[in-house]
Amino acid sequence: MSNFTKKQVSDLVKGSLDWDTLHMMLSMPKDKERYANYMSVLQDQVSWDDKIIMAFGPHLYLAETTADKTLVTKCSCGHDFGDYRTNWKLNALVYVRDDEEKMQEVYPKLMAPDTNWQVYREYYCPTCGVMHDIEAPTPWYPVIHDFQPDIPALFDWLDLPVPVNA
Amino acid sequence: MTIQEKINGAGTRPASLLPSGLTLNDHRNLILERTKASGHYNGLETLEFKESDPIGYERIFSKLRAGLVNSREVAKKIAASPIVEQEGELCFTLYNVAGDCIATSTGIIIHVGTMGAAIKYMIQNNWESNPGINPGDMFTNNDCQIGNVHPCDIATIVPIFHEGSLIGWVGGVTHVIDVGAVGPGSMSNGQIQRFGDGVQITCRKTGINDTPLRDWLHESQRNVRTPKYWILDEKTRIAGCHMIRDLVEETVREEGMEAYEKFATEVIEDGRRGLVSRIKAMTIPGKIKTVAFVDVPYAHEDVAVPSPFAKIDTIMHAPCEITVKPDATWRLDFEGCSRWGWHTYNANPVAFTSGIWVMMTQSLVPTERINDGARYATEFRLPKGTWTNPDDRRTAHADAWHFLVSSWSSLWRGISRTYFGRGYLEEVNAGNSNPCNWLQGGGINQDGEIHAVNSFETAACGTGACAVKDGLNHAAAIWNPEGDMGDIEIWELAEPLLYMGRTIKTNTGGYGKYRGGLGFETLRMVWGSADWTMFFMGNGYMNSDWGLMGGYPAATGYRFEAHNTGLLERIKEGKSLPLGKDRDPSLCELEKHLGPDALVKRDKQCITTEAIFENGDLYLNYLRGGPGFGDPLDRAIADVENDLNQNFVLPEFAEKVYGVVISQDKDGTWTVDGQKTVAQRGAIRQARIARGKPTRQWMESERQRIIDKDASVQVQQMFASSFYLSERFLNEFKTFWDLPSSWELKEEELGIPMFGAKHHMDLSELPDVHPVIMTEQ
Repeated sequence: MSNFTKKQVSDLVKGSLDWDTLHMMLSMPKDKERYANYMSVLQDQVSWDDKIIMAFGPHLYLAETTADKTLVTKCSCGHDFGDYRTNWKLNALVYVRDDEEKMQEVYPKLMAPDTNWQVYREYYCPTCGVMHDIEAPTPWYPVIHDFQPDIPALFDWLDLPVPVNA
Repeated sequence: MTIQEKINGAGTRPASLLPSGLTLNDHRNLILERTKASGHYNGLETLEFKESDPIGYERIFSKLRAGLVNSREVAKKIAASPIVEQEGELCFTLYNVAGDCIATSTGIIIHVGTMGAAIKYMIQNNWESNPGINPGDMFTNNDCQIGNVHPCDIATIVPIFHEGSLIGWVGGVTHVIDVGAVGPGSMSNGQIQRFGDGVQITCRKTGINDTPLRDWLHESQRNVRTPKYWILDEKTRIAGCHMIRDLVEETVREEGMEAYEKFATEVIEDGRRGLVSRIKAMTIPGKIKTVAFVDVPYAHEDVAVPSPFAKIDTIMHAPCEITVKPDATWRLDFEGCSRWGWHTYNANPVAFTSGIWVMMTQSLVPTERINDGARYATEFRLPKGTWTNPDDRRTAHADAWHFLVSSWSSLWRGISRTYFGRGYLEEVNAGNSNPCNWLQGGGINQDGEIHAVNSFETAACGTGACAVKDGLNHAAAIWNPEGDMGDIEIWELAEPLLYMGRTIKTNTGGYGKYRGGLGFETLRMVWGSADWTMFFMGNGYMNSDWGLMGGYPAATGYRFEAHNTGLLERIKEGKSLPLGKDRDPSLCELEKHLGPDALVKRDKQCITTEAIFENGDLYLNYLRGGPGFGDPLDRAIADVENDLNQNFVLPEFAEKVYGVVISQDKDGTWTVDGQKTVAQRGAIRQARIARGKPTRQWMESERQRIIDKDASVQVQQMFASSFYLSERFLNEFKTFWDLPSSWELKEEELGIPMFGAKHHMDLSELPDVHPVIMTEQ
């Protein structure tokens, strides 16, 4: 098993890691301590103190609040989407590309879906406007709750104490 | 744990092929029972051989694996078909007596499962009694009702004996150019039932004493359009199987039968443990929900099918709930899928479950040790009656890939969320492209022979973006990890189609912090044919890939074909010619180089059936790009600049989507203004906030649309079909949208034909047929 430094994990997150190290990360058995390094790198990137315990996206985290140790979904800007068990998208802003004109703002004519078949739903942070996700379903499709982690099981795998409100 | 029907051998009980005296079926059932009881393959709670003699164990593995790869590389040189010889569409796999895979070669490794299913079918249906299983036999299978992906994958299966007892099987598969379906080409359209899907061979004994039977040779060659390719493919498979059989015999001589037998079961338990260990090392336990769709636009006038009940627009629906369990096994549940249909995109459960490993070998099982062990660590649920598990024996499967690969794209996305969540960003993949278009057709070729084509340029498409880098451009389709677009010169030998151009396809990769890999396009001119037809096979009205964590889906497809082009005259007159580079389809660049009477079809109808193409006509083969990762406003400015200067993105969309402020110098080089771009990106984020609605507020308006039944017929048909098959999906839908309990949606309301919805007949209803069932359904 390989071990990687926090600096290397930081470069990975930034997209600037050299190819040789990246290739080693791909081809070698996974380093269990990656989790701790990754969380530390992510924590350094945000201006708030709530403890990041998982990443849902480049700007979206599962964090344990310092105030009462509740687990919330949180944007890198600090926007709080509420309890992590609730689908964060329901507390986001959504913009639906549901006609040809809206589709042609992002793809040339003939290279976007026909909105009688499929729409794009763009989910934005209400505070900073970062786009956290795009769904591409048919009209009518329920908003998808992409991922519901089993936090106690993960922390068991990681041999770490389970967050109190998991 | 997979479920397996226990079928007692029907018919005469022959002398046992095994030293134990058991029938093959009883032998297999004992393995299944021990596995079910213990949670370990064949009850192997310890790997005695591996632990006591690790070098001996690895020696056998290395020898077999190297031999499998070597046999594939040698045998493929026999084939004349570019699909096999250029694209590598073949693989060889070694099985134990029970038909469970021990090891496989490189190549299209989906067939680890499909050939295993054929062996299990022979075991379960008492082939040892009739037609008998003897040294020197060969069996051929391509039956999609048994588990084959599509009829064009022809498998040769050879039993391996030692001192009079069966000790295993070897299978070899090649993707042939044509199987004599209604539509020419290996993955064709036009037929809507099995009875038009080409020749289907059900584990037939096609050779004895290592020699193909004459009736088989005569019959099979006249049932396909391309007999020369067919017979050379067969020789390829036989040669590879016999090389591997020799290898196994040699291994047994060197290592002893006892060691080989132990290895042949322990290696599968080893594979099962390998997947469990990797799941625990890389993923996050929990539930992941994901979904994929595919458009089936059959109402269009350019789709000619024999039966009126197939002339409808429908949508394939593939929701999936992935559960990664605390014990590091996992379950994939496809509850809610839409019904099978009257087209060639239906799949068998084995094709579905086996195909997933092609994908997972590129992340979860990235080793040489691909075998059936991973399947034993996975629970699959593919509900009966859906397109993943048809309940009607009439279904066609010629292009099962179209649905399969599309549905798998969502699995990449789903499982990548867990890699990303705990920091393994290097493993993240936003999905795969919808690997198409499939250029297919046939007629009389440039050599005056009956011919059919399936351009396997599709083996190279854009890959999905990673969380640390862009996807690869025109690199590989998911189903062939060693895919290649093939050499132009070889395709021109195999097809009466000249290349006017082959170019990277602008704007096809999904935008993102890291963009999806770009696809490519080739413009082909028909040349030298006598009578010739072609058709299109791809996605157009919908995407099956989505993009991940703020990245956009890849571009959808479109169709360009041109007839009566005047090109032959323009060539003589030295006038300009269309040379590809259809960078912005709205500009109709190709049409500027055609004669005044040209008839052009440029639209989103990317599925068609045979259309007549004369010499000089044009066909644009556009291979799709992959989906993107992350908010495009986070893309590095230098990367956008490079995209512009490489024609990877059109300037309009660099400005609108990536938010860059750009200028072009007199030499045509683009430059991005960093300072202005930062401000522009800030303005775009503010514009998003201004135009976005709170999701719960938007849901109220969407809910009203549902109550008003305000959606296209194809969207309503998709939901109605899934509701009928899945009460759970219906209830979840109604709960999410807070619909009145009286709300319902039935296909009967839609005024479209419903053949197959209520009345159907499953394969299992045939007399003396015991299908192999390896998933929950």
